[in-house]
Amino acid sequence: MKLITAVVKPHRLDEIKEALQAFGVHGLTVTEASGYGRQRGHTEVYRGAEYTVDLVPKIRIEVLVEDDDAEQLIDVVVKAARTGKIGDGKVWSLPVETAVRVRTGERGPDAL
Amino acid sequence: MAPAITLAADAPALSAANTGFMLICSALVMLMTPGLAFFYGGMVRVKSTLNMLMMSFISLGIVTVLWVLYGFSMAFGTDSGSLIGWNSDWVGLSDIGLTELWDGYTIPVFVFLVFQLMFAVLTPALISGALADRVKFTAWALFVALWATVVYFPVAHWVWGAGGWAFELGVIDFAGGTAVHINAGAAALGVILVIGKRVGFKKDPMRPHSLPLVMLGAGLLWFGWFGFNAGSWLGNDDGVGALMFVNTQVATAAAVLGWLAYEKIRHGAFTTLGAASGAVAGLVAITPAGGAVSPLGAIAVGVIAGVLCAMAVGLKYRFGYDDSLDVVGVHLVGGILGSLLVGFFATGKGQSDVAGLFYGGGLDQFWKQCAGVLGVLAYSLVVSAVLALLLDKTIGMRVSEDDEVAGIDQAEHAETAYDFSGAGGGAARTAVTAPVAPAESKKVDA
Repeated sequence: MKLITAVVKPHRLDEIKEALQAFGVHGLTVTEASGYGRQRGHTEVYRGAEYTVDLVPKIRIEVLVEDDDAEQLIDVVVKAARTGKIGDGKVWSLPVETAVRVRTGERGPDAL
Repeated sequence: MAPAITLAADAPALSAANTGFMLICSALVMLMTPGLAFFYGGMVRVKSTLNMLMMSFISLGIVTVLWVLYGFSMAFGTDSGSLIGWNSDWVGLSDIGLTELWDGYTIPVFVFLVFQLMFAVLTPALISGALADRVKFTAWALFVALWATVVYFPVAHWVWGAGGWAFELGVIDFAGGTAVHINAGAAALGVILVIGKRVGFKKDPMRPHSLPLVMLGAGLLWFGWFGFNAGSWLGNDDGVGALMFVNTQVATAAAVLGWLAYEKIRHGAFTTLGAASGAVAGLVAITPAGGAVSPLGAIAVGVIAGVLCAMAVGLKYRFGYDDSLDVVGVHLVGGILGSLLVGFFATGKGQSDVAGLFYGGGLDQFWKQCAGVLGVLAYSLVVSAVLALLLDKTIGMRVSEDDEVAGIDQAEHAETAYDFSGAGGGAARTAVTAPVAPAESKKVDA
């Protein structure tokens, strides 16, 4: 199994979700995240006092997938997330030792 | 406050219209205190929101009771030495007839005293903005009681009470430029010089947590201020109250434009905080002046106040005093500007026939205004600093550094302003809808 993690622009969430559903993914986890890469933050002004906001809001999407589907799924996410502008984010995968479905106790790929 | 109108030789009779108008004005001024609470509350960080709201709200409780017990008597009772009033019939408001008229006016004493009560409530609340995030609530509550007693009640007497020195000198303060705004602004400066800066001042970002709350507060203040200003003539038999109403709107509008223009040029953006702050600066500046100037004069007063207050709020960073929400920069500076500009822009056709420099009146009125400004500023600054010092040496003014960093709301009020998450731990709020059609071909789950 693989854990695919995508840190992408928040407004791409719906596109990505739809693309994953079409691909056959029926579960994912989304967290609000913030960070920066090549896209830097912005400056805000409050009564003349300037605040540099370095961290840009992003969402982090996590999906568990069987090994064989991993590369294809990454492509699906990348395609749906891409706007072509700076700050589109990153997608990566990690090997996962095991997974358990809490309700039934199923383990491994059966839990997916 | 206006000198008594002498409409005719015989004593004025009760006017139902003026009485009704003044009761509504009193309610409008009352609304300014919660309005101020929101204005300030939105400007602090999330962790001090409730404390900021409570610092204003508690003044409604404390000062109202003190006003009944002895405040009204001290402020408006029979003068002693041009410094303080007293009237034992008014202690506890115990011996005031329901139809007894306020001397020289067409409204009952009860109406006058409740209108003035709302001013006494608002003024200490104004100070709180400078003390954000760091003052023990008990210390603040005691400060409010002491400050109202030894600063506000006497100063209100000087400015508005028959026999008070500023009143007799002829200082023009229609609705409280000196007694309310300079008074509160100078007190704020005195207290922060004693208690010091917030942890992380000039280092940590301290951006306002809710600008919508700030705008809501500014809107409520603007609305309530019509009662504060127009009501200060205590009736409208001669149209001066209506002039004040118009000038309140006009100067405030002009100050919004002035502040926004300054910050667009200086900082590159029109900010909502700038618009809200400009409105308050304009309201403050027109408060002493609005009965004496023309609407065009009100535009001038508003623009000047908007621009200069926008510049003044930067001074705290240069001089290193932590006037957290710019009580000095807006209320002290705006109050001084409005009070002094009367000396230039008074037309002689409003509340009195005294004309300022630009209307052929010379500098006489200007010097009187300076005397009023300096007298109130110096007294309030010094006495407020002494009060803060006394409290600091006895019960301590500040919460511990740990409590301040963790947030004064939980330390002092055992509450937090917002519940960000059902789990109580700051979890993600993004809603993910359930998959539409579970596909059988691939088994993938989160």
